[in-house]
Amino acid sequence: MKVLVPIKRVVDAYVKVRVKSDGSGVETSNIKMSMNPFDEIAVEQAVRLSEAGAATEVVAVTIGPAAAQEQLRTALAMGVDRAMHVTADEGLQPLAVAKTLKAICDSEQPDLVILGKQAIDDDCNQTGQMLAALQGWAQGTSISKLETGDGRITVVREVDGGLEKLELPLPAIVSVDLRLNEPRYPKLPNIMKAKKKPIEQTSLDELGIDATPRLKQVKVEEPPARKGGVKVSSVDELVEKLRNEAKVIR
Amino acid sequence: MSAILIYAEHDNSELKSGALSAVACAQEIGGDIDLLITGQGCGDAAKHAATVPGVRKVLLAEGEHLEHHVAENVAPVITALADDYDYVLAAASTGGKNIMPRVAAMLDVQQISDISAVVSPDTFVRPIYAGNAFATYQSTDAKKVITVRTTSFEPVAAGDGSAEIETVDAGSDAGLARFVGAELSDSEGPELTTARIVVSGGRGVGSAENFKLIENLAGKLGAAVGASRAAVDAGYVPNDYQVGQTGKVVAPDLYVAVGISGAIQHMAGMKESKVIVAINKDEEAPIFEVADYGLVADLFEALPELDSKL
Ligand SMILES: Cc1cc2nc3c(=O)[nH]c(=O)nc-3n(C[C@H](O)[C@H](O)[C@H](O)COP(=O)(O)OP(=O)(O)OC[C@H]3O[C@@H](n4cnc5c(N)ncnc54)[C@H](O)[C@@H]3O)c2cc1C
Ligand SMILES: Nc1ncnc2c1ncn2[C@@H]1O[C@H](COP(=O)(O)O)[C@@H](O)[C@H]1O
Repeated sequence: MKVLVPIKRVVDAYVKVRVKSDGSGVETSNIKMSMNPFDEIAVEQAVRLSEAGAATEVVAVTIGPAAAQEQLRTALAMGVDRAMHVTADEGLQPLAVAKTLKAICDSEQPDLVILGKQAIDDDCNQTGQMLAALQGWAQGTSISKLETGDGRITVVREVDGGLEKLELPLPAIVSVDLRLNEPRYPKLPNIMKAKKKPIEQTSLDELGIDATPRLKQVKVEEPPARKGGVKVSSVDELVEKLRNEAKVIR
Repeated sequence: MSAILIYAEHDNSELKSGALSAVACAQEIGGDIDLLITGQGCGDAAKHAATVPGVRKVLLAEGEHLEHHVAENVAPVITALADDYDYVLAAASTGGKNIMPRVAAMLDVQQISDISAVVSPDTFVRPIYAGNAFATYQSTDAKKVITVRTTSFEPVAAGDGSAEIETVDAGSDAGLARFVGAELSDSEGPELTTARIVVSGGRGVGSAENFKLIENLAGKLGAAVGASRAAVDAGYVPNDYQVGQTGKVVAPDLYVAVGISGAIQHMAGMKESKVIVAINKDEEAPIFEVADYGLVADLFEALPELDSKL
């Protein structure tokens, strides 16, 4: 089974982002960037499949500016076999990403694509489902468990009411949730080795992708601020305030 | 006049609250509003949908292959109808998130996820970066595919409408994903995303057993129980209790955070609550920055005392 893992470079999850004063976006210069946390989980899953002998080859791909190669190096250090970089401007929208991944699927012919359930910058939660639609493949989104079988996989999805189990014929697309696994920290020798590995290059033009944004960003604003509250000194005071000031309990 | 199709989720007898929020959003956009009900044995849900005021028509697609709302089978039902509509909407529930991008890609449309406000018929606001910023987007697609942040739109009340119910083509089994089974949490009390009061516990609660303290307080207040990711990861409570950027978004009248530090990812799911209470033994915990009432205390002392005084 050949596995493709699309990964995205994003502002690190623990950075408090700031909106630029001109409203054109959020500040991303001189800020820690990382692999999207869900994509780390996706890479980890793919590498585990290969360690278990279920995956024959794992290919990581990112679509974005040159700096995103840093995240491909991380994926290589975690244990993926090959890395591909599709050069593109920042801020590609999910439909364009999905179309690009479709082109990669056409040439790479993976049996399974493992994506993150959502990129923590745009919070879209779309790309996997869109790719599944474009390929006409089965999809399992927000999965917390994956088992491989003969020509099929079984996945457990995290849904609003609890958990749901699906069986998907391969080829298929899955998107991973937080509890699927805990990604490894790459070991130093692997990080060193990853620095020397080749990264295959292509571009949106070469793949014939029209990435014209369908959504025009009008502006980006700070969220409405909550005004600070008070500290209460006792449980009694808390109950009194909730009853008589906030009037939210009886 | 534009036409709006809403993929309306239900429990076979009634619409889910998210569908009613999607109707509220559709009313802000403006146009003829039709509700699509898919499933098997969901005639009652269609009847309920017909009572939603301002709805023009209810479209009902029934079939065994639609019973479990598998995306590969539902999406084609929606796209087959889409020609007649300018907008396709659904709640940004796990169901809507699963199905709508599949619909959008089939229609060659860039979906707009999780919108929190309608600026004009083609311009919408949505949170990005875990709600640390709000972006306004203008869609250039002729058709709009949208999921709706349910906490931003007060659900309309079903009741005195009387729309006609029309049966539509249910399509057939795509033969792709097969539903094997579900493990649904049978939590007592109100549903997390629509409860008037939510009491959530975090890592500070320490164990599944200790979560009884949270449940007791919730019981007393008629509240739903929520949790931080750390509490879910540690196995104190099931996954569907998670509140946050990548869990559920809630905006109750009262949110009580107990033993939760207030990471940005958690706050993304509860910051819009009307009144926030935080109980934490660390006075520096970031949750106090958003709390209307903060109590610096050990939860193992504060919760029993609170329980006795309510
Ligand atoms: C991609 C990504 C997505 C995420 N999505 C979510 C999400 O959707 N929702 C979410 O919640 N998190 C999410 N997280 C995790 C988030 O970053 C935090 O790690 C998590 O919210 C911490 O949970 P916590 O506050 O319960 O634990 P901690 O941060 O460990 O805080 C525990 C708190 O309990 C207090 N405490 C301990 N003992 C007591 C006591 N006896 N009495 C009173 N107080 C006590 C401590 O002072 C501390 O403040 C996500 C993270 C990532 C990277
Ligand atoms: N530019 C990109 N390059 C590679 N993969 C991406 C890119 N953008 C999104 N993805 C993948 O799609 C997932 C969901 O992203 P989104 O739909 O934007 O929330 C991510 O977790 C990645 O696996």
